Amino acid sequence: MRYLPLTDTDRQDMLSVIGASSIDDLFVDVPAEARLTGTIAGLPDHASELAVERHMGALARKNLSAGEAPFFLGAGAYKHHVPASVDHLIQRGEFLTAYTPYQPEIAQGTLQVLFEFQTQVARLLGVDVANASMYDGSTACWEAIGMARRITKRGKALLSSGLHPHYVSVANTMAKFTGDALVHEAPTLDATTDIDALIASIDKDTSCVVVQYPDILGRIADLTPLADAAHAAGALLVAVVTEPVALGAIKAPGHMGADIVVGEGQSIGVGLQFGGPYLGLFGCKQKYVRQMPGRLCGETVDAAGKRGFVLTLSTREQHIRREKATSNICTNSGLCALAFSIHMTLLGERGLRELATLNHGLAVQAADRLAKVPGVTLLNDGFFNEFTLVLTKDARDVVRTLADKGILAGVSLGRLFPDAPQIGNGLVVAVTETVTAEDIESLAAALEEELA
Amino acid sequence: MSMLKEGRPTTPVPVKEAHMAPQTATGNRALMLEEALIFEIGSTDTTGVDFAAAPQVVSRLGSLARTDSIGLPGLSEQETVRHYTRLSRQNYAIDLGLFPLGSCTMKHNPRLNEKVARMPGFADIHPLQPQSTVQGALAVIHELAAWLVTLTGMHSVAMSPKAGAHGELCGLLAIRAALEARGDARSVVLVPESAHGTNPATAAFCGYKVEDIPATAEGRVDLEALKARLGPDVAAVMITNPNTCGLFERDMKTISDAVHAAGAFVYCDGANFNAIVGRVRPGDLGVDAMHINLHKTFSTPHGGGGPGSGPVVLSEALTPFAPLPFVEKQGDSFALVEEETAEDHHAQTFGRMVAFHGQMGMFTRALTYILSHGADGLRQVANDAVLNANYILRSLDDVLDAPFGGSGPCMHEALFSDKGLAEGFTTLDIAKGLIDEGFHPMTMYFPLVVHGAMLVEPTETESKAALDQFILALRSLAERAKAGDEALKGAPYHAPRRRLDETLAARKPILTWTDPALAIAAE
Repeated sequence: MRYLPLTDTDRQDMLSVIGASSIDDLFVDVPAEARLTGTIAGLPDHASELAVERHMGALARKNLSAGEAPFFLGAGAYKHHVPASVDHLIQRGEFLTAYTPYQPEIAQGTLQVLFEFQTQVARLLGVDVANASMYDGSTACWEAIGMARRITKRGKALLSSGLHPHYVSVANTMAKFTGDALVHEAPTLDATTDIDALIASIDKDTSCVVVQYPDILGRIADLTPLADAAHAAGALLVAVVTEPVALGAIKAPGHMGADIVVGEGQSIGVGLQFGGPYLGLFGCKQKYVRQMPGRLCGETVDAAGKRGFVLTLSTREQHIRREKATSNICTNSGLCALAFSIHMTLLGERGLRELATLNHGLAVQAADRLAKVPGVTLLNDGFFNEFTLVLTKDARDVVRTLADKGILAGVSLGRLFPDAPQIGNGLVVAVTETVTAEDIESLAAALEEELA
Repeated sequence: MSMLKEGRPTTPVPVKEAHMAPQTATGNRALMLEEALIFEIGSTDTTGVDFAAAPQVVSRLGSLARTDSIGLPGLSEQETVRHYTRLSRQNYAIDLGLFPLGSCTMKHNPRLNEKVARMPGFADIHPLQPQSTVQGALAVIHELAAWLVTLTGMHSVAMSPKAGAHGELCGLLAIRAALEARGDARSVVLVPESAHGTNPATAAFCGYKVEDIPATAEGRVDLEALKARLGPDVAAVMITNPNTCGLFERDMKTISDAVHAAGAFVYCDGANFNAIVGRVRPGDLGVDAMHINLHKTFSTPHGGGGPGSGPVVLSEALTPFAPLPFVEKQGDSFALVEEETAEDHHAQTFGRMVAFHGQMGMFTRALTYILSHGADGLRQVANDAVLNANYILRSLDDVLDAPFGGSGPCMHEALFSDKGLAEGFTTLDIAKGLIDEGFHPMTMYFPLVVHGAMLVEPTETESKAALDQFILALRSLAERAKAGDEALKGAPYHAPRRRLDETLAARKPILTWTDPALAIAAE
């Protein structure tokens, strides 16, 4: 048992200091009828590192990893190249095996990273302030709806049909218990977003309008008219960004009037990881900072006058406010925030813009190539690195068939919106810097064969 | 003085007062290097990443191209490695020493777990890939789920919650859904005063009124008071067991029976499962729902504040209401039950809690850890965790007040109070003194039911030598605080920073960096 340093001699010595005759004496408060007298039946005993690695390796090999195939999936999680130094640095034990920085004198490393992260995120999203991260984009989105309710004292949120359906599901789950009214419909296969319809739906009961940018079909639109309409009615605009690399190429939601901007930070530094852990981004206007959920890091000075950083405004949080807290959130996504921040520091503004330009360029090439396949129509007018193709048959079947041929073709709208069969022929295709010209040709050829 | 012939001294001059720590020009102190912010050392035109040239295309961004200066500084790769390496050295960590934060279970994080989580078959798969291409990942979730269900003696487990508090939310949502399904709207959740702050926050988030349960003088739930309060308005009781005073709730089964008789459910905060894994199954104590912090009991790294992972084990009564998605074995293969397929046989689900399937990267680590320990090793984990805590309790209860020292053995954490310290000396002084002694402080001022609480959780991964050194340090600090050693009030002296001004930080929050030149121009 390689992780347990006590020897039997140690154990005996310690028991005698305690004044107990056996380890069982320390468990006397467990009701006798519930005490387990030996190991639980049916479970294997301890195993060597080699044996465990072998077992887990065998399971890992049963998966088709993104790097092994032409890969075009997005819809809220994106494959990007993560520089080697990111993973090296986050594995430094001083980061990896530290706790939440509750003792700031010996946690300045984590705290300075969080301060830098908050600044990077705020600038990327175009908002005044950002927090130290949330669990993921979907929970950040729900927390934004709750925050808008607290600020406006209204309970009706309009969710764009272009919002990720899983984010909608999460919000629906929570709203059942909080009493928020959520208005939402499945998207239609239109070239443009539903912003005009959203503007027409805003009324005096609306707490916020939640719009994804780029949206689930990859469409992009100026949010300024929506922000103006929301503000005119006393409502807030919540913008959701699931692909933050896009903000190296397109305007920041905060600069188009969004009051709260949330997002999924996975695509910078974190990796795919089958959906988690991911990184919730959360930013807002300065005037709403005390209504924000989650941890915040702030600058201060120490007793000797040196600059330092601490967790702050914790009077919003559960460990102080208990049932009156702005959220029950305790853990954030610290290590993922570190990975994001390191990757962003490596990129810098110049690298981020180059990365975004490369993504867009390849996506345009792919869209134009795929649109030439008989039976394929490109839906979008505008897009960043993700777009929707309308096929002549159900895209779920096409995706499954292509997977059997070793091509991960994209995300079908049938998988995302099982209750909306009318859009089942839609296929959402993401193209990042990891896609090669050969990958695009493979997908085009396979689609051509499948749709013939 | 001995000297080589070229004049280089080879033995040090004995240190005199005049040689003590002069200021350096840089502010650095040898290996302790000050590090500026990336905004002060980077530039928006510097990058540490090379890309292939982008193809020339006609933009599809329309009028939305971002033209402002974003203000994101870059560093070369070497500067980046150095920046974060320097910052890392300003952190305390388990890898450096004992990290006795009560309730947080800061145990060793085995590196095999990290290696496994980074296998491309786990790290580089997309959550929405066709299920035929992720059978190994689904198998991991299923295998881990089976371990968690068996170790807890429960009926099922919801794997998707992202952290402990998120797991609490999952449990309470399942309870509320179960009550509503039987047309039984209830409004109150009972929570002990000693509970983690997340418990009342979660109950309130789910729309419940929170009421305190009193404790007895020996630090356990007051069974009679609890029974008297139970009634048709009580939806659930949230109990932490072992509790935050470090004690096992002896009456747990009786409590559960009384709660069930009153038509309510028992939620158990499983933050302290490390003390009892392999020794007792919560299912045998009548628990209906309990979250398991994989980042505590099952050793996934805390990462400076997450990511966590909080699967929730459920009783048979709550299982039909578990969230989507979940993994099911169907013949020889594994299926992910999502919205599309749930209607057939999971129609009562309360819905989805997260975008995808939970913390896969934590599942691979936790399963690796569990398989390494096995059933026998996990039982030994609880044994050693409890042994270590009792050893600390009994080695120090002559110099520090142990408010519940007479209430039987503690479980995996030892609780002390500030009673008996000299006038004006506090738990904070002892905590900061521990920093100078080379330890992370214990959890301080929690649980709230004890004045000046110091909650020490050594975990099972500490050697006797490490415990003895910690005991030596804490004993010395307790003696200094009792003797009124004023120097203690200035601690820490040897950390990267002295005590920080938290009041200033909250009164004038500076949450992002602003270029001083721009700030002056704006004024």
